[in-house]
Amino acid sequence: MSDDLVVLKDISRTYQKGKEKVEVLHQLDLTIANGDFLALMGPSGSGKTTLLNLLGGLDQPTSGSIRVGDAELHKMSSSALSKWRSTNIGFIFQFYNLLPVLTAQKNVELPLLLTRMNGRERANRAAIALSIVGLEDRAKHYPRELSGGQEQRVAIARAIVSDPNLLLCDEPTGDLDRETADEILRLLQALNKEHNKTIVMVTHDSQAAEYARHTLHMDKGTLAPEGAG
Amino acid sequence: MKYFYLVWKSLWRKKVRTILTILSVFVAFLLFGLLSALNQVFSGAEDLADARRLVTLDKISIINSLPSSYLARIESVPGVERAAHASWFGGYYQDPRNQFAQFAVDPARYLDVYPELTIPDDQREKWLRTRDSVIVGRDLVEEFGWSVGDRIPMYSSIWTNTSGSQVWDFEIAGVFDSEDPRASTQMMLIQYDYFDEGRAFGQGTMGWFIIAIDSAGNAAQIANAIDTQFANSPNETKTSTEAAFAESFIGQYGNIGLIITLILTAVFFTILLVSGNTMSQSVRERIPELAVLKTLGFTDGNVLSIVLAESTFVMLLGGGLGLGLALLVVNVLGAVPLPGFYLDAAAVTNGVVYIVLAGVAAGIFPALQAKRLTIIDALSRA
Repeated sequence: MSDDLVVLKDISRTYQKGKEKVEVLHQLDLTIANGDFLALMGPSGSGKTTLLNLLGGLDQPTSGSIRVGDAELHKMSSSALSKWRSTNIGFIFQFYNLLPVLTAQKNVELPLLLTRMNGRERANRAAIALSIVGLEDRAKHYPRELSGGQEQRVAIARAIVSDPNLLLCDEPTGDLDRETADEILRLLQALNKEHNKTIVMVTHDSQAAEYARHTLHMDKGTLAPEGAG
Repeated sequence: MKYFYLVWKSLWRKKVRTILTILSVFVAFLLFGLLSALNQVFSGAEDLADARRLVTLDKISIINSLPSSYLARIESVPGVERAAHASWFGGYYQDPRNQFAQFAVDPARYLDVYPELTIPDDQREKWLRTRDSVIVGRDLVEEFGWSVGDRIPMYSSIWTNTSGSQVWDFEIAGVFDSEDPRASTQMMLIQYDYFDEGRAFGQGTMGWFIIAIDSAGNAAQIANAIDTQFANSPNETKTSTEAAFAESFIGQYGNIGLIITLILTAVFFTILLVSGNTMSQSVRERIPELAVLKTLGFTDGNVLSIVLAESTFVMLLGGGLGLGLALLVVNVLGAVPLPGFYLDAAAVTNGVVYIVLAGVAAGIFPALQAKRLTIIDALSRA
């Protein structure tokens, strides 16, 4: 049995912009092994985020196939993708995207609302996730009461609380200072090494990419051969 | 239920805006409650009308009296079980503003055709025995602070008595209630014999007849038989069901039900616009947050439900409080001394249905907007 978690074959993605068609990804092939930590780098508009969106089932390719685990994403409906995302993918965004009206604890519990867990089980799971990111003492704090680094940790706790195999990070340190960014990257590294999470991280920051096991470079919708960057 | 916390917290994202919206809904449903009770004042008489009671009036005008001899002739019509009569006294107590209904009636006959009026036996007996006595409704007693045994002067703007005065002196023999809480007891019942002998003119006439019949199904036939009997006489009659009589009587004030419906429609329309706008604004502000929910795996349906739940919850809070206060003021405290001013179960049920409908109507377009959000576009607005 293959140890590949993600297999993309001949992926193209074209957007209609006014009367013009813009091809963001062009016949892209990619395989990501289970337990990998992959950094995706490249200039703005190279298609990194589009690729990440396809991997997370947020978008569908114009052509080609995407398999993540056993799921053939390109064949799935919007609602099937939603259900699949809730248990298989953890998202981490540049601007954290926490709900400001909820405490850290309740933000982390959000994905668990989609499960059959009761309130107590949800709270326990969220507490564990917060302790993994070192924020158990900030559980009752609202996002506005946390620093940027702490907010991103809460976002990471939210991403791992339903124990997904694949974490997709879009510029997770893009809004943080160097020191805090390194803390977050070490945390991601630990999740990869100690909890065997497969991570795909889009970044502009070459220092951030150094925390990954592999780095791939994208340009004009295609992947450069490994090591070519 | 598990989304309740999320809905609740989202509601209070902008506290002032939410409170103002709830307040406007509160006022709208308080108004709904009060106007529904007011509508009950005007339509209550129709609702309370017994389908097995007919009313016979002068064909030309309710002002014209009918000969007392009609009573026996009406009783002889097949299908008529009992008959009573009443005459308008048209008086007030102490001050012209203290107007209420006073009827001169035959006590036994009247209580016989209105079994819903209840009075203690000893007070009933006293009324039957004492010619210048009256019985009064509970609402009047509470309004004027009367007691059984009090003597009260009543000024009649119609009837001068044989001593040349328009002031009539009565003793209160008893206090009656109604089994139906919606029925008015703002009424005084005078002994007809005493009234008829005491008035300076109009003796031997009666205002109208109230007829208890054997079956509601025979109403039209019996009414026709009664009116035929008096056709081509100097005092032709018009007999109708009690409900039709009440309806034509209320019709003198105009179409109150329509007026109230128009006011409420305007209020609800305004509330829908206010709440709908608030919800739209709330959704617009939260587009990135809603996109995050979808990213986490919330389906389009989940997001639609959450937004709808928010708008319905605002309506339930504001509408529930408004309707609740109206219920408290109208039914519990009885703060408005109007006969029949009462919120019945149907009005409350309507209120609750309107609250839910308004919640859904106010939230449906913002909810659909939230449902249609595409994650990628929405996240790019973060």
